Amino acid sequence: MLSRWPAGALLKLGAVTLFLLRIFAQCLPALRYRREVVQQIYNAGARSLIIVMLCGLFIGMVLGLQGYDLLQRFGSESSLGVVAALGLIKELGPVVTALLFAGRAGTSLTSEIGLMRATDQLTAMEMMAVDPVRRVVAPRFIGGIIAVPLLTAIFSCIGIFGAQLVGVGLMGVESGSFWSQMQGSVQLSDVNEGLIKSICFGVACSLMAVYEGFHAEPTAAGVGLATTRTVVSSAVLTLVIDYMLTAAFL
Amino acid sequence: MNRSDLLVEVSDLDYAVDGRSIFQGLNLQAERGRITAIMGPSGTGKTTLLRLLMGAIHPQRGSIRFFGQDVVHLARGPLYALRRRVGMLFQNGALLTDLSVFENVAFPLREHLRLPEPLLRRLVLMKLQAVGLRGAAEMMPFSLSGGMARRVALARAIVMDPEVIIYDEPFVGLDPISMGVIVRLIQSLNQTLGITTLVVSHDVQEINAIAHQTYLLSEGAVVAAGTPDALRTAAAPVVNQFMNGLPDGPVPFHYPAPDYHRQLLQEGW
Ligand SMILES: Nc1ncnc2c1ncn2[C@@H]1O[C@H](COP(=O)(O)OP(=O)(O)OP(=O)(O)O)[C@@H](O)[C@H]1O
Ligand SMILES: [Mg+2]
Repeated sequence: MLSRWPAGALLKLGAVTLFLLRIFAQCLPALRYRREVVQQIYNAGARSLIIVMLCGLFIGMVLGLQGYDLLQRFGSESSLGVVAALGLIKELGPVVTALLFAGRAGTSLTSEIGLMRATDQLTAMEMMAVDPVRRVVAPRFIGGIIAVPLLTAIFSCIGIFGAQLVGVGLMGVESGSFWSQMQGSVQLSDVNEGLIKSICFGVACSLMAVYEGFHAEPTAAGVGLATTRTVVSSAVLTLVIDYMLTAAFL
Repeated sequence: MNRSDLLVEVSDLDYAVDGRSIFQGLNLQAERGRITAIMGPSGTGKTTLLRLLMGAIHPQRGSIRFFGQDVVHLARGPLYALRRRVGMLFQNGALLTDLSVFENVAFPLREHLRLPEPLLRRLVLMKLQAVGLRGAAEMMPFSLSGGMARRVALARAIVMDPEVIIYDEPFVGLDPISMGVIVRLIQSLNQTLGITTLVVSHDVQEINAIAHQTYLLSEGAVVAAGTPDALRTAAAPVVNQFMNGLPDGPVPFHYPAPDYHRQLLQEGW
């Protein structure tokens, strides 16, 4: 496995890229399936909502604690709002949401499409002259890339609320300075950075989920393996893209 | 026989998968407007032949002409255009599990045509009535029995009123009553609408009753071809064995394997 790592990884990168192009070509025609697309936004988005909100709240609260502990050493605990907001909007929000999305929605996308592969439903569509990339893959892909930025926004908002809860409510940071410093320091460009990241992560995670499902080996074990691969490759891809985008924005 | 009467023309076909040869020099034709039957022992490659015909897999050698087009070298666009003219019943049904029976049958119509909803409803219900499952329209595929699922798949295969219908084992899992109905349905679609029909089946009697031309495949090639009557009286031992269901003869019942006794002894405790 390790010995053929570079070649195998390159081959897969190529295959995934080709699949992405094939999906892009079918995205516009797939908008015809309006109900299906809406359904997939619901599947990918609404069903991940609870876990995203819960994780956002707790990560925000931890950020409030850690941030306060760090900042009060320099006597600047009034900047807690800035630290929490920037950390969440630029970094934690997009990354953690993408990882949660891969685990919650990505896996079910992969197993759903993989099962359709294993039970010959995709082949049946091809024989009926219906392109499964248009009918099955593209609507799920579109649903994913719409859902992830929205989930990210919710995650960041709730995270800031959590940081405020701990910082202001528990640790006694002054509420006025918490919010006013945040308003003063967070720029539109910071929000844009988070938005662009979350869109890229949405594309990456949705792509890996549908790719692994579509190319799953048509067996029970094959679909299981594909699901695992979705989580692993989504996580790796998200973090790699995150580094590259962060470096590009600096 | 005029060349333009040939709808399917397979010549000199070689196909191997995983290094195992399935076909060697297969030749087969199907005429427009007739029922052509393909028979042969399990595992000879009948389903594989249909997949080759639909352009889902490619042969190593030989040509396949369908509607006069070279299927092997067809691009995706023209290939899909060709498939739209063909209805196909899969051996395992392959219903879409997330759609109801009604929506499964409506699927090709919704994908390819823009019909007003009342008309679409009427068309689908007519096809479901033809296979006796109008009452099951709102059921989901997982709650159907095997035979019912195959009849739904049959309704889906014919819903576009295609020029050609390909049936892969249409009689499997059907009780004698449904079997009779389906046999008559296949025959009447052919006789009244002139739909060219390819049918893969093991049911010698049913096939003999409806087919105009029968091909018997064995070990990668056609071993006999002709009208059902001609085949019934054919002297060749292969034909005789298959048509009469005899265990002993040139066609082996077993998939190739090492010697039985030796394998049992070698794997002993
Ligand atoms: N994907 C595949 N990989 C390897 N071998 C295959 C594959 N598909 C089919 N085969 C082999 O090809 C041969 C023909 O299979 P096929 O399904 O066409 O048989 P069949 O004539 O339709 O049999 P049946 O009457 O049982 O349906 C079989 O021996 C099978 O093992
Ligand atoms: Mg078969």
